[in-house]
Amino acid sequence: MASVNLRGIVKRFDRTEVVHGIDLDIADGEFVVLVGPSGCGKSTTLRMIAGLEDLTAGEICIGDRVVDRLEPKDRNIAMVFQNYAIYPHMTVHKNIAFGLRMARLPKPEEDRRVREAAEILGLVDLLDRRPSQLSGGQRQRVAIGRAMVRNPAVFLFDEPLSNLDAQLRAQMRLEIKKLHQTLGTTVVYVTHDQVEAMTLADRIVVMRDGRIEQIGAPTELYRRPVSMFVARFIGSPSMNMIPGAVAEGSGAVALDGIGTLSGLGELSRASAGRRIFLGVRPDDLRVATEAGGGALSLEARVGVIEPLGPETLVYAEVGGRELVAKADGRISLRRGDVVRLVADADELHVFDAETEAVLPR
Amino acid sequence: MSFGFDPRRDPRKILIWTLLALGGIVMIMPFAFMISTSLKGRGEVYDLRLVPLAPTLENYAYLFRETKFVRWFLNSFSIAAVSTISVLFFDSLAGYVLCKYRFKGRQIVFVAILSTLMIPTEMLVIPWYVMSKNMGWLDTYWGIMFPGMITGFGVFLMKQFFETVPDALIDAARIDGLSEFRIFWEVALPLVTPALSALAIFTFLGSWTAFLWPLIVTNSSSNYTVPVGLASFSGEFSTEWNMIMTGAAVATIPTLIVFILLQKYIIRGVILSGVKG
Repeated sequence: MASVNLRGIVKRFDRTEVVHGIDLDIADGEFVVLVGPSGCGKSTTLRMIAGLEDLTAGEICIGDRVVDRLEPKDRNIAMVFQNYAIYPHMTVHKNIAFGLRMARLPKPEEDRRVREAAEILGLVDLLDRRPSQLSGGQRQRVAIGRAMVRNPAVFLFDEPLSNLDAQLRAQMRLEIKKLHQTLGTTVVYVTHDQVEAMTLADRIVVMRDGRIEQIGAPTELYRRPVSMFVARFIGSPSMNMIPGAVAEGSGAVALDGIGTLSGLGELSRASAGRRIFLGVRPDDLRVATEAGGGALSLEARVGVIEPLGPETLVYAEVGGRELVAKADGRISLRRGDVVRLVADADELHVFDAETEAVLPR
Repeated sequence: MSFGFDPRRDPRKILIWTLLALGGIVMIMPFAFMISTSLKGRGEVYDLRLVPLAPTLENYAYLFRETKFVRWFLNSFSIAAVSTISVLFFDSLAGYVLCKYRFKGRQIVFVAILSTLMIPTEMLVIPWYVMSKNMGWLDTYWGIMFPGMITGFGVFLMKQFFETVPDALIDAARIDGLSEFRIFWEVALPLVTPALSALAIFTFLGSWTAFLWPLIVTNSSSNYTVPVGLASFSGEFSTEWNMIMTGAAVATIPTLIVFILLQKYIIRGVILSGVKG
């Protein structure tokens, strides 16, 4: 097991710079998820840790070794790929054992490790099969098995669940989390799926355009996003954004087409007139039938209703703008009903419209 | 008896089957004449009936006893075998590198290799001859073989086929600790065996039937390949048709064996490459 430290990592393909100097410290045994939209440089960063891409600048340490110049096999890592990348012409057993054979491990030790991994992953009965005879989930288990037997210091996962259907994905997600709890190995996991990121990570690294936007525990990112990008990316449905401007007086904003809202606390770094977005998560927006409570209280007309079982998504129109609220599943509403959407002051986020950064309060 | 269709139900099929049958006859006729002529005595050669009046195996006996046919056959076979092995190895290696590695000038190299496909053999024999003369390769096996040791077609075919091998497999093998050559040999190559078999067939048959260059580069009759040897039966004043046909009939056997054994690969190979060998 080992920590992973990235110092000023830069990657350039020809003249295009795709990763612009990333610093990241991953503790021993930590599960870190790199998340972001496609093209944000998360996979490239992972491949640089693996040694599959050269660094243009910067330094990578695994444990206390600088590994920049080492071949992938010498970095003590194992990687699981999106499309499984198991060798189609070899049996499951051979696939899992292949890396060990390359490392010239004694045969009994090799068999013991393959057996052990197969037992943990439920592959014992499949060891003599070929990949073409396996389902997607089984193939991904083989890929994980191949990574496990190497006893790596760090596991690298590159969108390992993207090719699986929703049900299988949820199941494999759980298995990966259990595996991490059992083995306690450091994990760097790349995904574009924020649900995977939230459920798996000790810490999430949100990336955008080759830079780190925010690092933090899942709840921290959810509760205190530093920018509109993170606020929108984490959480589903996405955070509601209402445009407006900072108003005269302490902690007041004027929302376009809605009116003035006060009691937000001191917006220390913004002068009156500054364009802003007021953000509020659908979960924090309560649907009430009468006025009262909350810093934000808006009269809204119900449009679309999406019952999800335990909760219901209510899309309601306020001042020509549609907002989403997550209400209790037992709520009974009809299209056209007039309701109030209510939120407390500490559940509201104020972002600078120009820089998209959160305004400290 | 069932032909798999009922003409009363689908009259169009009668037309299709008739055309196919006619096409088949047209294709088979030359072979039938070849076999028939090989069984005719010298006096009967110019009699064009299909079934010989007095069938005889004399020609075959003469071919094996009195000519160097066995030697030519072995020459052809070894040259075809060595060329095929060489083409399989070097073409797949070049195709792999052009497909899976990013380096400066890769596109230029590939286009240069492709452009060699556009130059006909007839244009190349003169430079080949000059080269062979200067290098002392005239009338040697190497002289016959060298132009076909690596082919542009094979590089192209293999490159296209390596595209189907996912990059992630190669990355996985790198992490597993294989050297670059062993990744090619143990991971990538086993996944393109259909293309390899197709290329092997094309190359073997191409070398087996090659005529112009072996004719030019060889002098002594013991270095002839089968097609060149057979052509030597045709002299300035007379042509021994019965001997040419007998030799051709024997020379067809390896081709037939290859076709019968590897039929499905040949068809797949033609589909894969979109090119007839």
